[in-house]
Amino acid sequence: MRKKIILGLLLIVLLAVGAISFAGAEGEITLLNVSYDPTRELYENYNAAFAKYWKAKTGQTVVIKQSHGGSGAQARTVIDGLEADVVTLALAYDIDAIADSKLLPTNWQKRLPNNSTPYTSTIVFLVRKGNPKEIKDWDDLVKPGISIITPNPKTSGGARWNYLAAWGYALKHNNNSQEKAKEFVKKLFKNVPVLDSGARGATTTFVQRGVGDVLLAWENEAFLAINELGKDKFEIIVPSLSILAEPPVAVVDKVVDKRGTRKVAEAYLKYLYTPEGQEIVARNYYRPRLKSVADKYAHQFPKIKLITIDDTFGGWQKAQKTHFEDGGTFDQIYQPQ
Amino acid sequence: MSINPLTKQSITVQPTSVTESVGVRWLMIGISFIFIGLFLILPLVAVFGQAFVKGLCAYFDAIRQPDTFAAIRLTLVTAAITVPLNLIFGVTAAWAISKFEFWGKNILLTLIDLPFAISPVVSGLIYVLLFGRQGWLWPWLSEHNIKIVFAVPGIVLATILVTFPFIARELIPLMQAQGDEEEEAALVLGANGWQTFFRVTLPNIKWGLLYGVILCNARAMGEFGAVSVVSGHIRGLTNTIPLQVEILYNEYNFTASFAVASLLALLGLVTLAVKSFVEWKTAH
Repeated sequence: MRKKIILGLLLIVLLAVGAISFAGAEGEITLLNVSYDPTRELYENYNAAFAKYWKAKTGQTVVIKQSHGGSGAQARTVIDGLEADVVTLALAYDIDAIADSKLLPTNWQKRLPNNSTPYTSTIVFLVRKGNPKEIKDWDDLVKPGISIITPNPKTSGGARWNYLAAWGYALKHNNNSQEKAKEFVKKLFKNVPVLDSGARGATTTFVQRGVGDVLLAWENEAFLAINELGKDKFEIIVPSLSILAEPPVAVVDKVVDKRGTRKVAEAYLKYLYTPEGQEIVARNYYRPRLKSVADKYAHQFPKIKLITIDDTFGGWQKAQKTHFEDGGTFDQIYQPQ
Repeated sequence: MSINPLTKQSITVQPTSVTESVGVRWLMIGISFIFIGLFLILPLVAVFGQAFVKGLCAYFDAIRQPDTFAAIRLTLVTAAITVPLNLIFGVTAAWAISKFEFWGKNILLTLIDLPFAISPVVSGLIYVLLFGRQGWLWPWLSEHNIKIVFAVPGIVLATILVTFPFIARELIPLMQAQGDEEEEAALVLGANGWQTFFRVTLPNIKWGLLYGVILCNARAMGEFGAVSVVSGHIRGLTNTIPLQVEILYNEYNFTASFAVASLLALLGLVTLAVKSFVEWKTAH
């Protein structure tokens, strides 16, 4: 009896250990793409296309694993040791943070065209059908009684774009007064009842749990929410001015050199710039860089006046320091209610 | 009534000290049932309702999806490693605490409770700090190509940490209550240590032990916080069932998400049934 128990226990442990060691021991290359929240659908499509392309080109089977979360949080896990072959995050600063921990060179952004951003996006408003609160522009957001959903700028990349878009709008309408802009954003965040950690969490809070009057969202995220949950429930409002969001991509040198996956990882990112890659990008509502594809999908994207992070905020390093580091403007203006 | 459901006093006997009127008694019983119905039964029904909203086919398609299947496998593997290890630890610790007198006994007792007291998120972060790239064990681990955090070993470690009090906590009061007369008798009659354990102690504690194992297993499979921190969320590789439920939900895949959630709920119900059986068995 007791021998059977001990034997049984041993067998279970052995089986379990065996199951782990066998997983992944097949003759194929695996890549890990650590990405931010709203790219789930994009990379699901893109991975399949790239695997097919790579198989045809080299005969190798490549399996791409995905991990998604708030951009800042994802960068954190890579710094803490998650072995990402490539990172595709929401903004350059998060990859800079990874570069600071010596996983890739600090000039990483120069290695691929367009500052390593194969697609762009912007920030728009998602409101409930019929726009009952008549939200048309950033000014309408600071009115009393409006409930705004946006994620936490400390952990989410999209939230930082949201924050800077609002700041940029206020600058333009107040003769570039930083003080007035700060006042404006403070009023805006008074209307934010909850901060989710990532963009997708904020979207589900708004669309699924029905909290809030307006969601500040990535353009692609807003389109996706409408397509997934019905055009009869939500509509997109395009503000008079927004920000050009540039989500960058990079190969993590330390990881690919250790795992011997540099060649395929680099090809994986370069393929994003090809007409095929750009098609997939556009079909998932990211704005393509390639002119031919951009023209083809021009009807899909509303024309918005866009400010850039470099012109208005002096680049991500400076913007991050001024606004989002501990003690930055976000900490000064935001008090949880 | 006794708090411990395992002692025999828990059989319903109307104590003479009850002075409340019939109305008050029914009111209190009624509140308890309404509360449970509202906060337990209703959500449970909702989970199963949502899971089957698109029919049986959609339900099984959702579960058969490769990433979900991988999550189920990982959860089972995690539980299969965690529970036996905690079983050994739990029995050893309970034995030491209830049968021996030693310095630091109270400290050990307090430490066993620690995972109950600290947030699972902290339990997860401990491992990231210890085995992560910033941690002092990293250079050695990296050199030997051993992955702990953001891989299966990290998930198992975090689960062990969160679940290790369950079995020990269940056994300690039981073994303390039983005392060690029977073991002493066995030893006097010439039995050796192992014989005493398997012939005397184990039969005495088997139902309590089983109860602990059930609770430990349920928590091992259902743990979210600690596992979420050390997982890295790699699809099809390091997501357990609870993490997979969140992912599916966030991907507008509500039916699939509730289908997988219903698996966890089902596990809970089975656990409950076994637990009731064990209680009934102990009471008789």
